[in-house]
Amino acid sequence: MNARAEPAYRLELIGISKQYPAVKANDRIDLRVAAGEIHAVLGENGAGKSTLMKIIYGAVRPDAGEMFIDGTRVRVRNPHDARAQRIAMVFQHFSLFDTMTVAENVWLGLGRSLALGEVTSAIRAKAQEYGLDIDPLRPVHTLSVGERQRVEIVRALLTDPRILILDEPTSVLTPQAVESLFATLRQLAAQGCSILYISHKLDEIRTLCTACTVLRAGRVTGVVDPRCESAASLSRLMIGAEPPQLTHRASEPGAVALAARGLTLPRRDLFGVDLESIDLSVHAGEIVGVAGVSGNGQQELLAALAGEDTRAPPESIRLFDRAIGAAGVSTRRRFGLHFVPEERLGRGAVPPLTLALNLLLTRREPIGRAGWLLLGRMRAMAQSILARFNVKASGPRAAARSLSGGNLQKYIVGREIDARPKVLIVAQPTWGVDVGATAQIRAELLALRDAGCAVLVVSEELDELFEIADRLVVIAKGRLSPPLETHAATREQIGRWMSGLWTSQTTEGAGAVG
Amino acid sequence: MLSVEARPQPSAAMSVVSPLLALALTVAIAALLFWLLGRDPARGLGVFFVEPLSTRYSLAEVALKSTPLILCALGLAVCYRANVWNIGAEGQFLLGAISAGGVALWVTTANIGAPRGVMVPVVLLAGIAGGMAWAAIAALLRDRFNANEILVSLMLVYVAQQLLNYLVFVPWKDPLGFNFPQTKTFVATTLLPNLLPQSRLHVGFAVALALVAIFWAFLFRSWGGYQLQIGGLAPAAARYAGFSARASLWGAMLISGGMAGLAGAMEAVGPLRQLTPHVSTGYGFTAIIVCFVGRLHPIGIVFSGMLLSMFLIGGELGQSRLGLPNALTGVFQGLLLFLLLACDTLIDYRVRWRRAAPAQEDAQVSAAGAS
Amino acid sequence: MNEVALLIAATIASGTPLALAGLGLLLNEKSGVVNLGAEGMMLVAAIAGFAATYHSGSEWVGFGAGALAGMAMALMFGVLVIWLNTNQYATGLALSLFGAGLSAFVGINYVGKNLGEHSTYEVPGLAQVPFLGEAFFKQHPLAYIAAILTLAIAWFLYRSRAGLVLRAVGEAPESAHALGVPVRGIRLAAVLAGGALCGIAGTFLSVVYAPLWVEGLVSGRGWIALALTTFATWRPARVLAGAYLFGGVTMLQFQLQSEGVQIASQLLTMLPYLATIVVLALISRNPTWIRVNMPGSLGKPFYPGA
Repeated sequence: MNARAEPAYRLELIGISKQYPAVKANDRIDLRVAAGEIHAVLGENGAGKSTLMKIIYGAVRPDAGEMFIDGTRVRVRNPHDARAQRIAMVFQHFSLFDTMTVAENVWLGLGRSLALGEVTSAIRAKAQEYGLDIDPLRPVHTLSVGERQRVEIVRALLTDPRILILDEPTSVLTPQAVESLFATLRQLAAQGCSILYISHKLDEIRTLCTACTVLRAGRVTGVVDPRCESAASLSRLMIGAEPPQLTHRASEPGAVALAARGLTLPRRDLFGVDLESIDLSVHAGEIVGVAGVSGNGQQELLAALAGEDTRAPPESIRLFDRAIGAAGVSTRRRFGLHFVPEERLGRGAVPPLTLALNLLLTRREPIGRAGWLLLGRMRAMAQSILARFNVKASGPRAAARSLSGGNLQKYIVGREIDARPKVLIVAQPTWGVDVGATAQIRAELLALRDAGCAVLVVSEELDELFEIADRLVVIAKGRLSPPLETHAATREQIGRWMSGLWTSQTTEGAGAVG
Repeated sequence: MLSVEARPQPSAAMSVVSPLLALALTVAIAALLFWLLGRDPARGLGVFFVEPLSTRYSLAEVALKSTPLILCALGLAVCYRANVWNIGAEGQFLLGAISAGGVALWVTTANIGAPRGVMVPVVLLAGIAGGMAWAAIAALLRDRFNANEILVSLMLVYVAQQLLNYLVFVPWKDPLGFNFPQTKTFVATTLLPNLLPQSRLHVGFAVALALVAIFWAFLFRSWGGYQLQIGGLAPAAARYAGFSARASLWGAMLISGGMAGLAGAMEAVGPLRQLTPHVSTGYGFTAIIVCFVGRLHPIGIVFSGMLLSMFLIGGELGQSRLGLPNALTGVFQGLLLFLLLACDTLIDYRVRWRRAAPAQEDAQVSAAGAS
Repeated sequence: MNEVALLIAATIASGTPLALAGLGLLLNEKSGVVNLGAEGMMLVAAIAGFAATYHSGSEWVGFGAGALAGMAMALMFGVLVIWLNTNQYATGLALSLFGAGLSAFVGINYVGKNLGEHSTYEVPGLAQVPFLGEAFFKQHPLAYIAAILTLAIAWFLYRSRAGLVLRAVGEAPESAHALGVPVRGIRLAAVLAGGALCGIAGTFLSVVYAPLWVEGLVSGRGWIALALTTFATWRPARVLAGAYLFGGVTMLQFQLQSEGVQIASQLLTMLPYLATIVVLALISRNPTWIRVNMPGSLGKPFYPGA
């Protein structure tokens, strides 16, 4: 065994490298985490954070490098080994089974030595210890996203970990729920567990963490104490420069372009959300932002507005005063409504097809007489989008799946903006996208708005909405709040509204929900 | 250490090499099988691959047998690309034969005097309609009741076989046919004209080749073809684009049903000139293999159609010349498809020889996903 | 009265191979893998079992051979589909076509062969009970095994941890993988179990039910068994019920013929297949039933490390 001479770190990674076909995700990374430390791993999307965590957790094997836990060299070849080493991970995308109860789900994550009944009691005990509200007998599909995360956390806690990894845990939480989570984590750290906190949110890291390793393009660019750093200095380590500034012009909203009036729609899917009495209007030349925690009806609202769900009564949705609630996607597109969906691969673009062929999904210009496809024109259009939006790809013949997340998103957004829409609906415009592309996409949306287009942005990133939206609404449990001017809104207020508490004028209510 | 890793872009080269590789492996296993059965492998392979191409007549036979295969496979290619799994082409084939045969029989017994130029198209259209109608049942049940089209279309194959049996054993049996289950021979005006003198090859082959061009244009240059294929590649993207899943379902089933029906009709009024219980020697199922080996591509299907037609003829020759059971053909066909599916993984994946730590657990991460 | 008892007995015998194959495919599909090669596996197992019984004189050797043959076919399928991630539907189809060809080829020498004296089975004591004895207690042991297996599988799936793990794999393999569950190994085990049971079912047809070998003996029962799993919304007890239902429909055609009903035999032969179609349509109508019980990942490939 290779023991280290100095006092051992809880976790030490030396020289970790991992190469994927198109990119070197981790390049000789060193990481040192002390016992009881809350250690942030900061980096933008694509920097290699998730890969590094997967290596620690055993889901991925490194090409090179060594790992030491409490001074002893270890080889974690799969999640099973990780559990044996008392490493636990709470994923960004939960590993939960909808049709099973909380207890069954947790049971699956633990070893087979316990009986289901024992697990159920253990869940209750642990939840009590940390002040987490969970009922072990509920089926998971009835839980909100925040509740599901709590299940993941309890599952991790029950393995008595000495290292707990959290991957972007706050993207699905209201600001109040984030506070609760931080309290839980501080309690855990105080008991000696080391916490690895993956995030790209500078403010959170500076609030919660006592150490921070910054990654850029697969390499470590700095190891700092975030409490002593400013957002600007962290940003410089993260992307090599200050965060790009967007120029804001005051919006000059025109007539109402898209409006929903009393839109009520029962769920289509067993695990969906009913929409209730939605009132919304988007004017030409303004950006309206829809804030909300995932799973509160965003998908259903988008489907109704974009035309993938045509069950609404026609008058409940109006496009330039035309009743289109029952019209399909193609009809709405003809009247100038375009949509950028949340999922890039598989919905916004077809992965094995070329960028040129992916153009035809929403553009009809390359279709000639009798339905003959004009491939030359199609390729030329694709090429011009690549150029105008600065998309890094080998050309219009590149397969969609060969592009990085940011570049593909630029292409998809570009494809819709290039169509000169009168109304553009965008869902999660910069999710999983690197900082450079993020800035560019947001700038394009602002430019589009300045040109007179009506833009509706649905996003789970409050920062994003505060940055680009003129007005804000909040969606919670299928209902929409009254609109707020962005400059008059506070994060705290929006956070409260995310729990559905906008009608109540008085106190905080029953605590954060969701 | 062998490792399998994803390619960022599907390999066009492997797309062509894979069927050839699968064929080579099948040939190798065939040679082995011949040897195990006590026959000279060279002779065995010769019978399957060389003899069918050796004389003008045998070439015509290859083309003749490839016609129903190519026709069915063209329709199935459209279907599978749309992710509609029509497995019942055999049943639609039989219904095409029944419909065409029925019309031809009626013309024969009622002594209708219309000229060939009118009769033959009518008969073929009847066949197309019959195949379409049979496929429409599966489409309807999927559309209205969400019933799995694989199972429904397959069940209908068994029903179609019994229907054919019933017709040739009972109402349509030739009263002068010595009680054999067969219809009267159809009158000449309903039969397909010959394409090549001194052979059995009929115009159906030319029609098939013409349809190859039409299907190519449909799949790769037409808006309708594009919509169908997006529905198959990424249903969520198709919904996003506003393509009608219902239209794709019906389009795919009716096209494949019609083509299978056409193939069946051509068999009935082509080489067979009557209806018997053995109108099809499993063409509808062999066509599925033709479709995959031909990469679901019209040009590829011509080649794979010829190839599998050679297998069929080889099987017959093997039986008469070398005493090998005809069932061997079925074995080779199935084997070819299996090996093709295995080799196809090379299109999306690379096999590498790695000396570093094995990376077996991460078989697929695209650049878009690594973060 | 005796006729009704005989009809019940015949229905049970006819439904048993469907039940066995259906239960095997149920396990298969619970792990998220759909194996369209059921017909091919049953055919190959039928001839393997027949040949083994013919040469060894023992029925149970035959069943062993059939199970092994089914597992061998399932193994080919499993490797392709689970490790090479080939399209499950196409690969299953290939297996059926290959199995049809292989069984026809191997079976040539066995057409028309006789297996000798057909043993009669009866449960001592119970078989003498009037009516019930005739109806239920003169079956081949596998008929009882099928019923017991149904209960065992139901217990396994819903009351045991291993069953929970299997269902987890079928619902969301990526999540199961992240929890350290050996997804591929479990899927292979499920596929092999399906192959073994389909193999036993196929052998039952050639060695007990018919008992003879002709090309295409299975006559689509493999496909009906696949339909059964959907029809039963993936619950074991319903698979058994459905199997007996189809067994009954199959018997119905003989019953009608013997009663001199004036319908051509070919049309009566269509009955089981038409019944399958009708039932499929009725069951599939309610998407909620399907969604709640269908394994979420059915038919989709699984990539670890994605």
